[in-house]
Amino acid sequence: MGFEEIAHTADCALRVWADDLEGLFVEAARGMNALSGARLAASQRTSRTFETEGADAESLLVTFLSELLYYAEQENLAFDHFNVQTFKRSNVQALKVEMDGAPLESLIKAIKAVTYHNLQIRPTARGCEVEIVFDV
Amino acid sequence: MIGIQNLTKISDHEWEIPQSFRQDMRVPVHIFATQRLLEQVMDDKSLEQAVNAATLPGLVGKVVVMPDMHQGYGFPIGAVVATSFPQGVVSPGGVGYDINCGIRLLASDIEYEAAIPHLDTLATLLNKYCPSGVGQEGVLRVNIPELERVLREGSRWALRNGYATEADLSRTEEGGCLEGANPAKVSERAKKRGQSQLGSLGAGNHFIEVDVVDEIFAEQAATVMGLRPGCLALQIHCGSRGLGHQVCTDYVQELQAAVRRYGIVLPDRELVCAPMDSPEGQAYLGAMRAAANFAFANRQLLAHSARRAFEEIFAGRLKGWELRQVYDIAHNMGNVETHEIDGQRMKVCVHRKGATRAFGPGSPGLPPEYQSTGQPVLVPGSMGTASWVLAGTEMSMQRSFGSSCHGAGRVMSRSKAKHEIRGEALRRELEQGGIKVRAGSMSGLAEEAPRAYKDVDEVVETVTAAGIARKVARLRPVVVVKG
Repeated sequence: MGFEEIAHTADCALRVWADDLEGLFVEAARGMNALSGARLAASQRTSRTFETEGADAESLLVTFLSELLYYAEQENLAFDHFNVQTFKRSNVQALKVEMDGAPLESLIKAIKAVTYHNLQIRPTARGCEVEIVFDV
Repeated sequence: MIGIQNLTKISDHEWEIPQSFRQDMRVPVHIFATQRLLEQVMDDKSLEQAVNAATLPGLVGKVVVMPDMHQGYGFPIGAVVATSFPQGVVSPGGVGYDINCGIRLLASDIEYEAAIPHLDTLATLLNKYCPSGVGQEGVLRVNIPELERVLREGSRWALRNGYATEADLSRTEEGGCLEGANPAKVSERAKKRGQSQLGSLGAGNHFIEVDVVDEIFAEQAATVMGLRPGCLALQIHCGSRGLGHQVCTDYVQELQAAVRRYGIVLPDRELVCAPMDSPEGQAYLGAMRAAANFAFANRQLLAHSARRAFEEIFAGRLKGWELRQVYDIAHNMGNVETHEIDGQRMKVCVHRKGATRAFGPGSPGLPPEYQSTGQPVLVPGSMGTASWVLAGTEMSMQRSFGSSCHGAGRVMSRSKAKHEIRGEALRRELEQGGIKVRAGSMSGLAEEAPRAYKDVDEVVETVTAAGIARKVARLRPVVVVKG
């Protein structure tokens, strides 16, 4: 499981890999935290639960990461522990994430959005991987 | 992978990717660039993204790419894409997340030499009055009904509330207010993000810069624009902040299903789109125009704050300290305009992604004073290098949907820039060159280093040699404020 920043001329991009889809969501969130230089406060821990539905796993991933951007901007919150479940609900993909985090002490880079540009979760010998382009 | 061998050279400044290059292309791609500028993007995905853009339903003419092109997401930066109105599509990802990111230029009669002792204080005050940086709130917090008025009225709202003059509005693209804005199509979440961000610069490549008018190339046009050699001018570069980002995020997500409903096949999901006359297309256009109006109002408030800084420092000390608007133009927008295509005048939606309008003399919508000069085209360089003021031409109306380049264009990735350039060293280098710098983050400053950008002079030489714009003035930076 892991992530790395990959070169993009104007914006930012991450390659993320994990043993399974749930792990991929966790690593993508951690990668986005690293990309934006999010530093969490040591105290005032807080929890949130996020649920969504989508046509496919890529759509769930974009919605999930976009939700984290919203929390950072509007509630000054970031999360570093995630319990992710993906499942089918009446023929659509569903996602439930229980998240623990804390107020942001600092954030170095503003990420404007999570894009769908060439977004494709691919199976690999070690699980799955995805490249995500962020508008910054 | 596209190589130079796949391009047809038309002249030293123009190239074409024929429609036959890929089976799913509906129109050719026309590129304004020198060979050197082209070679700089051969390692990224600019041309592949331009070919992808050429597959959208309802395209007319050609996909046009400007010399400041570089890889983006969906469209390349520097793309101009026109679709027939109303059956053709509108693409939220094509317009981009920072809807109506744009640039405003104001001019003064303050002589640079007289201003030198005050520039440090000016940098500090601009930084203080124009909030910038990651997640920074603006100078104003508005309630939802007031925000909806901003979304409908744009700069007119700013005028009614004492933040603008009539001249500011007449010298803004579309008068600073796009008709057809529909706040009801903007999500509650987007509105919530916008409530606290009016009058804020943001971070990334957004900036406020004080320049000196360094050289004049077209005296009459420069006089009309109020640009005097040796005098100070001010540029503001920003957009629709979190509100615009959320509008685009919402509609890129929503239209994922719409493309399936309308049987549209795309090479990249970021290009999702819907026919303009569909409910989805109409909803997006209404929301995009509302976000664009927010951006016009945002830049207007920043201009108001910058005027406050200028007044505080220069009023009573120097003559001609007032900042007069030269023009305000959008970089990321979808506008319904009338153009002549293959000998026929027709309404089209012109998507400009990292490109600007460059309307020629006599174009509708230009204020009377610019009817003979053509629209001012503002081309900011990178920190430490020149910026340019150009004017639109009749040729741009014929060849590029009345469009030109929007800046220098990046050439180095942000990760490489951060790796190779130290923010603090860059700041010292700029200061030694006579440029006062205020930056929220040293790593952010490093990412925006001049070396990370193309040569803006070569970009400008390309569009002027191709005839789609003409030179009016060159500006040189003396104060840079970045988030």
